[in-house]
Amino acid sequence: MSEQALAIPRKRVRSTSFLQSTFARILRYTLVRGVTLFITVIIGVYLTVLIANMGGYVDQIRKGEIRENIAIQVMNDPALRNLDPDAKRQLIEEKVRLEEKRLGLDRPFLVRSFRFLENALTLRLGFAQLMTSNSGSRQVRLILLERLPATLLLFGTENLFLFFLSLFIALILSRQYGSFWDRLFVVLSPTSSAPGWFYGLFLILIFAGWLRILPFGDLVDAPPPQTPLLYALSVAKHMILPIMALTISAIFLSVYSWRTFFLIYSSEDYVELAKAKGLSGRAIERRYILRPTLPTIVTNFMLTVIGLWTGAPIFETVFNWPGLGRALYQAVGLFDVPVIVGSTVIFAYLLAITVFLLDIIYAILDPRVRVSA
Amino acid sequence: MQTIKDALQEIRRYPSAIAGLFIVFLLVVVSIYAVITIPYQEAITLWRGGEGTWRNLPRTVPPAWINYFRSQKLPETIALDSRKGAAERQEEPLGQGKSVTLLYTFDYQADDFPREINIFFETSFQERSPFASITWYTPDGREIPITDLALRTGSSSFRFNQDDKLLRRIRRQIGDVPVEVGLFVAPDPPENPRPLKGTYQVKIQATAFDPQTQIDAELVVYGKVYGIAGTDHLRRDLKIALLWGAPVALSFGLLAAAGTTITTMIIAAIGVWFSGLVDNLIQRITEVVMMLPLLPILIMVGTFYSRSIWVILGVTILLSIFGSGIKTYRAVFMQVRESPYVEAAQAYGASDWRIIFRYLVPRIVPMLIPNLVTLIPTYVFLEASLAVLGLGDPQLPTWGKVIQDAVANGAPYKALYYWVLEPAALLMVTGLGFAMLGFSLDRIFNPRLREM
Repeated sequence: MSEQALAIPRKRVRSTSFLQSTFARILRYTLVRGVTLFITVIIGVYLTVLIANMGGYVDQIRKGEIRENIAIQVMNDPALRNLDPDAKRQLIEEKVRLEEKRLGLDRPFLVRSFRFLENALTLRLGFAQLMTSNSGSRQVRLILLERLPATLLLFGTENLFLFFLSLFIALILSRQYGSFWDRLFVVLSPTSSAPGWFYGLFLILIFAGWLRILPFGDLVDAPPPQTPLLYALSVAKHMILPIMALTISAIFLSVYSWRTFFLIYSSEDYVELAKAKGLSGRAIERRYILRPTLPTIVTNFMLTVIGLWTGAPIFETVFNWPGLGRALYQAVGLFDVPVIVGSTVIFAYLLAITVFLLDIIYAILDPRVRVSA
Repeated sequence: MQTIKDALQEIRRYPSAIAGLFIVFLLVVVSIYAVITIPYQEAITLWRGGEGTWRNLPRTVPPAWINYFRSQKLPETIALDSRKGAAERQEEPLGQGKSVTLLYTFDYQADDFPREINIFFETSFQERSPFASITWYTPDGREIPITDLALRTGSSSFRFNQDDKLLRRIRRQIGDVPVEVGLFVAPDPPENPRPLKGTYQVKIQATAFDPQTQIDAELVVYGKVYGIAGTDHLRRDLKIALLWGAPVALSFGLLAAAGTTITTMIIAAIGVWFSGLVDNLIQRITEVVMMLPLLPILIMVGTFYSRSIWVILGVTILLSIFGSGIKTYRAVFMQVRESPYVEAAQAYGASDWRIIFRYLVPRIVPMLIPNLVTLIPTYVFLEASLAVLGLGDPQLPTWGKVIQDAVANGAPYKALYYWVLEPAALLMVTGLGFAMLGFSLDRIFNPRLREM
């Protein structure tokens, strides 16, 4: 703590050895966090498997997958083409029985659960019962991976937008403490108790149902435009309402908490000293307020991101957005068990990756963060 | 205790806290009213009752009070039941049987056409079905034959807009309009057709073939508004769902919030006090649970096991106990643990549990209460979210389920705004009420924020 903390303000001391040690510190931290998070994901996915398997559902997934594979094998085998249907069926049954035995589906659950875990972790998620991907595949992995870009696009854009916008507003408000706008944001902060899909409903009613200037939902116009530029414009048009909804639901609270935070920090002694030295407001903000509060800001940001991720199924359903969450919603409607389990696993991964990325950013920003901390 | 009293004193200085308290109080009153006037079992049977329970209500119409904001008044439902003496009845012997005449008279003053018209018959006879013919009399003295039909035993119905012959006759005589418009439209209609105001009559002339025959009929001219809340696609009165949504939302929100915050706090206190292995274990569990996607897991539980609101409540609490709250409480408990009075308690030989519950936990109550209140809306909306996903309680009517019905039946696209807006407004008001109260309590209990 002491040496490095002292070293930071004095730029000249930053030698190569310091950079190296910073790099080593972040690398070590990243590694340890990566391993911990991976263990966490394993436990999380295992819990998912346990919950799903209480009714024997995971067994069904596995058995369905085996049957599908063997049926395709037998049907496509030229050597067996002339066999009559009954004999073929018998052959399939026999092969299925052997395969189930080979995979240990006749063994106790505890043993099997670890095999399910392994499959889930490597994203071998089996075959959907009813849903298909746009390319026509019934593999759950393909169905879900196909939906991933839409979700990432929407929530990635929204998160970055929300982060910078609320940071910007919070800084301005903390400078004009007590002004009309400042009080407005404080008063409006309770509105953030409603989730994004809720505001989405209103926005759809207003802008799509009543004013008819924006689309009701979906990713692009139908039929999709041919040129990439028009396609991108169409997607952007469809993103306006969802982003508005998520922003409205999150911005007031996040501006309120950051502005309060900045205010607390701007009453610190060293800020007073900086003011006394005659530094410009901008310099004080950047060096004495933003810099020490960044780690906390990142933590807050992380919590917002996690909150947004978990809300995705409903949000995407309301906006008819063809992402992961909507796949989960459709799977619930169709009772397509493999897809439900698969999406839960992918959501667990997404959460872990988000946390991991933010952890690395955190480590870069905050020199005090150590592996032991 | 003194802090809480002081806090209550101070609440008066915060307008948002008073507004929040007022909303919460209203909600509690509404909940009590709902539970008393419509008991649990009755609410369920009403809400899940089929066409029979709700046959006299129009389908998907807005509440009646929208007429106050319209210059052109929408019609209300007119239901005339001969069993309740709403029809003039004449019975005359006719050969071996009798002739029954039911004459319905009603006054129509609305500026719009009704939604549909049905007649429900209740008949009992010995051998041959009675024969009935229905005639429509407009205020300007026109006479429109509606239909001739044989009445089945028991209940039967005649739906005006499902009769092809009638529709063709209307088309020939009046123009290409639906039946309910054709029967009410003023003759020689201008550009946009208007209903003719005045006294209408409907005559059911039945011939029965034995004297014991009983014929009763109810004429229902469905309006375009209903009650204080309107109706849904199954003709159900939304008032029931909106009223019952309040106790469901309140109890779910309150139980979930209280269950999670209090347990979280106790676990954090135990972890901090015993430290070492226990603390480590709790921290690791927290890390794992924070990584679990709550909503997908609730969806899995809802799909695979039970959609009962109480099961979902239990799982929610279980998964939220080891949430981010533990870290916050832990940080505070760490400071409290070092205070001299805890040391003093140890010195006089207080047991571990006594220290946890009598010395550590009470110190954090001021922090806990605002947290608890602010968390309530989160869980109210969680319940609504699950209902919107189609995983609501299968029996109870809730606000979320009304929204789900509305969205599933295309309310936003068909401009049935009341259907979405009513439950949404109630959710919003509930959320705002608790959030405003919680935010003000936070400022009261944590004086460092007060200046901000």
